[in-house]
Amino acid sequence: MFMPKLSILSVTALVLTSLILMGCGTASMNDTGQIMLGQPISEANLQGWDLIVEPDGRGLPSGSGTAAQGQLVYEEQCAACHGQQGEGGPSVPILVGGSTTSTPPNLTVGSYWPFASTVFDYVRRAMPPTAPKSLSNAEVYQVVAYVLNMNGIVTRDFVLDKNSFAQVQMPNHDGFIDRSQVQ
Amino acid sequence: MKNFDLAAGNGLINRRHMLSLGMASFGSVVVSKSLAAQTPDIPAWSKSPGPGASEYGAPSRFTDDIKRLASASNPITPGTGASRTPLHLLQGTITPNSLHFERHHSGVPDIDPAEHRLIIHGMVRQPLVFSYEDLLAYPQTSHTYFLECSGNSGASTGANAVDTSAATLHGLLSCAQWTGVMLSTLLDEAGIGPDASWVMATGADAASLGRSIPLYKALNDVFIALYQNGEPIRPEQGYPMRMFVPGWEGNVSVKWLTQIKLTDGPANFKDETSRYTELLTNGKALQFTFPMGVKSLITSPSGQMSLQRQGLHEVTGLAWSGHGGIRRVEVSADGGMTWTDAHLDQNPANLALVRFRIPWQWSGGPAILQSRATDATGNVQPTREAVLALYSSANRYHFNGIQRWAVSVQGEVKNVYA
Repeated sequence: MFMPKLSILSVTALVLTSLILMGCGTASMNDTGQIMLGQPISEANLQGWDLIVEPDGRGLPSGSGTAAQGQLVYEEQCAACHGQQGEGGPSVPILVGGSTTSTPPNLTVGSYWPFASTVFDYVRRAMPPTAPKSLSNAEVYQVVAYVLNMNGIVTRDFVLDKNSFAQVQMPNHDGFIDRSQVQ
Repeated sequence: MKNFDLAAGNGLINRRHMLSLGMASFGSVVVSKSLAAQTPDIPAWSKSPGPGASEYGAPSRFTDDIKRLASASNPITPGTGASRTPLHLLQGTITPNSLHFERHHSGVPDIDPAEHRLIIHGMVRQPLVFSYEDLLAYPQTSHTYFLECSGNSGASTGANAVDTSAATLHGLLSCAQWTGVMLSTLLDEAGIGPDASWVMATGADAASLGRSIPLYKALNDVFIALYQNGEPIRPEQGYPMRMFVPGWEGNVSVKWLTQIKLTDGPANFKDETSRYTELLTNGKALQFTFPMGVKSLITSPSGQMSLQRQGLHEVTGLAWSGHGGIRRVEVSADGGMTWTDAHLDQNPANLALVRFRIPWQWSGGPAILQSRATDATGNVQPTREAVLALYSSANRYHFNGIQRWAVSVQGEVKNVYA
């Protein structure tokens, strides 16, 4: 069996590294004796794992898509449940049109959702429900553009990407009253 | 018939009698005739040994009707749905782990704790990864807290009072002793960045459900729950770990917690925009309504129960508030014309369920039983009508109105609005 010859120095480094990885020894405590077992990781290593897209577009991946491209993705992946025109189905949300003041109210991406980022974030992490995270980033951009286009929010040829996202204005952007600071 | 110390109309008796007198001290308790009339035999189970000890216990086979009310998932959204705690069949305040309510948005993942990671990153000095074993080694803290889904009691906003049980109406509510690691401990280790003001949390389920909470709450009493009533938390509650956000709508206590990301504003996830927001009549909506409002509920007698005899009954139920402890619970038996204070069990814990009780003499006439809680900050549980007036008729979230149960002359108990 082949065994590499290790210098004393590299053996010591290996032992130290494994001690840190195992979270034991002095590396696991701070100056005041508190347990500290978190292992450092770099933000770069979390790309592809961190799926959060924030309202200002932070977290959007590279890639792009248009509604024209997204129609095919929608028809293959979404229409069976959400309907050809986004009209919804039994227990499946309507995606298009609606109003917050009709009787009954009809809360859709077009009439209710305050940020386009939410559509991207949700589709990428949770849609389609039988195979979440199966769409490529390009497919997500495409199908999000298509849902926005069905709602008249972007044109059919608008190229949605991390830079153009900020141009998307959702109709109900100002429809929410923030209660987060009420205690 | 003995002359009771009546405390309010239609037979409510002063709660002091709960403490000083057994129920049998009152005159008209009717002993169950079927057993009393017979000469007792020594039963078969007293004449032969039973089975021995077992590794993991199960309830008596005679109580197997005490189950969660679980709804089937729609095949197009596998695993999505809820089950409700059978509140009317339980006593005390602790929900057994097998009966804790569930709400899933893409089913229950089968997580190997050795493969699970909790990653804290974003606006921190140093992003960190924690294993399940790591978290078990940190100082643990235990608290008894209620958990209530924001959509609990949503059916009570409907136009007609459904003839159903307390569990069906209000069973997205449970209470357990949760044990785990304070989130502030882990955030301190990562080092909170100067611009951080919100925490975004996501789970490792297929929906990767995400919610955002303000940093002030995260640093106050939020913790990473690892144990539920003394044993590792159940898969349907987030095994191996969930974020637990005391007093706030259940959805923010993200199960199967795998990501904590600090940022300077909410993510506006689907479940804090499209869902879990409260539509108003003017078309605007409330967002990030976090604490669950002060609320109570009579669990016995309650919907679809049947009083078998006239005479003395214990009226009992649960009270809770996301704003703090419960100060008092009042009960009425005459449709709200007169009220009296119920007895509260033990020392009510902050943000936990509280059990209330009061003796009631049922004379056989019609009655409407209801309870009204007041919390430590002075919030009084509103009527159903007052809650409905706050929102669009389409809103189903944060309903905390008073529940009325009508008792007919036949003793049948029904959900009613008036």
